[in-house]
Amino acid sequence: MTTTATTAEHAVRIRGLRKTYADVAAVDGLDLDIRAGEVFALLGPNGAGKTTTVEILEGYRDRDAGEVSVLGHDPQRPGAGWRERIGIVLQSSTGHDEITVEELVHHFAGYYPDARDPAEVVTAVGLGDKRKTRARHLSGGQRRRLDVALGILGDPDLLFLDEPTTGFDPEARREFWGLIASLADGGTTIILTTHYLDEAEHLADRVGVITAGRIVALDTPARLGGRDQEHAVLTWTEHGAVRAAQTSEPTALVTELSARFGGEVPSLTISRPTLEDVYLRLIGDSTGSTPATAQPGQHTRPSRITDEQEHMAS
Amino acid sequence: MSTLTRTAPDRRATPSRPGLARIVLARTRLELMTFFRERDAVIFSFLFPIALLGIFAMAFSEQVGPDGNQVDFAQYFLPGMVASGIALVSFQTMALTLAIEREDGTLKRLRGTPLPPVAYFLGKIGMILVVGVAQIAVLLAVAALLLGADLPTEAGKWLTFAWCYVLGTASGTVLGIAFSSVPKSAKSASAVVVGPLIILQFISGVFFVFTDLPSWLQNVASVFPLKWLAQGMRSVFLPEQFESLEVSGSWQHGLIVLILSAWLIVGLVVCVRTFRWKRRDDG
Repeated sequence: MTTTATTAEHAVRIRGLRKTYADVAAVDGLDLDIRAGEVFALLGPNGAGKTTTVEILEGYRDRDAGEVSVLGHDPQRPGAGWRERIGIVLQSSTGHDEITVEELVHHFAGYYPDARDPAEVVTAVGLGDKRKTRARHLSGGQRRRLDVALGILGDPDLLFLDEPTTGFDPEARREFWGLIASLADGGTTIILTTHYLDEAEHLADRVGVITAGRIVALDTPARLGGRDQEHAVLTWTEHGAVRAAQTSEPTALVTELSARFGGEVPSLTISRPTLEDVYLRLIGDSTGSTPATAQPGQHTRPSRITDEQEHMAS
Repeated sequence: MSTLTRTAPDRRATPSRPGLARIVLARTRLELMTFFRERDAVIFSFLFPIALLGIFAMAFSEQVGPDGNQVDFAQYFLPGMVASGIALVSFQTMALTLAIEREDGTLKRLRGTPLPPVAYFLGKIGMILVVGVAQIAVLLAVAALLLGADLPTEAGKWLTFAWCYVLGTASGTVLGIAFSSVPKSAKSASAVVVGPLIILQFISGVFFVFTDLPSWLQNVASVFPLKWLAQGMRSVFLPEQFESLEVSGSWQHGLIVLILSAWLIVGLVVCVRTFRWKRRDDG
């Protein structure tokens, strides 16, 4: 069950993981390695098997088949001290309504050997001025910060964050990213699920996309799904209309356009597909439905590109 | 949010793991804070039997009991209210708080920490013991000082009280844990827990004289522990002459111990077999 080599290199090792609910496979032969010290984002539509996979890693659910090692232990039979080394921030949690932030953080700190300083953690998650507030009176975003505080109290080697910034305003999200980055710098392995692609792009060293219970793409955010190989998209204004073109040589096209306009190209933009574009295409491919039907707003630009490619050719 | 330093890197080699006793004490304290800050719990579990005894004493002025040895209504209903209070604090509090904590994710969150499960349950039991003793102290003080009830003076009666209290609280607690899985959601929990308990109180001789019930209903009540707990408490707080008013003509102490212990064991087995840290719909 435990090999020191695996522990040193991989925080998580999954081979052939399967979990079936009422004859439907939620996780269907999933393989995945997560390196120690890595920030890993697991993306996927609801129902793809994300939560099932993460909860198997956290020890909340038993698997039907496959091998799983988390920090060198099988989470179904973790040894003493395993839970001291992991931190879990669940997707939604309420409860402990009548207890203040300070009381709750101090209380939870008592579960761990050598916990972080509770006051430092409360300040770190930005609840310093809410110390004396009962959980009942916290806003949704403040509750999430309290969840995060409880998750990192034990100074875990591996931290699970299930949609941690839901309900955060943009400023709080930026602050949270800073906190996660500092945890990662300290060597904490972080497994993150999120629906915010910008969050995954900002935080994750690697991204895994899961659909229908399998990993369909696994790479750095910059390279996911061949994103770095994709054509650049240029848009500009010509004869009062927006023009667009897709090309593997954007610099050449800009030079050409610049010559055509005799200098500045009106309203010029050059972009590569966003992580969201790639993600939607990936989950569209493997679920059988086109991304256009799933997310109508996302495909106006690509369809316009097709028109312009013909225009450019003529 | 600001940056965080990690604790000493060599800490894993020599973890100073917190002791079980310390965690249990911390859990008990947290449970007590939660209980007494929750207005519903204080009113409907803690103050309910006390208020009810006061209302009974004011509403009914007649005397009850065998000729020549009659007592005030407050005195007659004191044992019933003590038994009722034990049932509310142990069974009702346990079933309700567990159903709610399972639903709102408190249990799931705790399961993800190094908290030993046994410390969680011992903390609940610690809370119930403290709340239960406080409730009975207030109940007896109100009965004796405001309503003129006589409290037993013999040590033997207090010994009976002690084992009745311990067995009643213990069985109520484990049955509450077992029953907490019955409500489908936290919203339905109070109806599913409180409703049957009120009916049980009515047929167990808590609110009125047990022998006034039709015998088939007495037989139904005799299956459940509350009837036996109330009977045990009557043997503590009522004069000896009341023993002849019991259905069997006896306090049946041996049978009380047997039946409460049987429920305790059944409850423990059901708890161990059915306890869930997560909601029913949560994998």
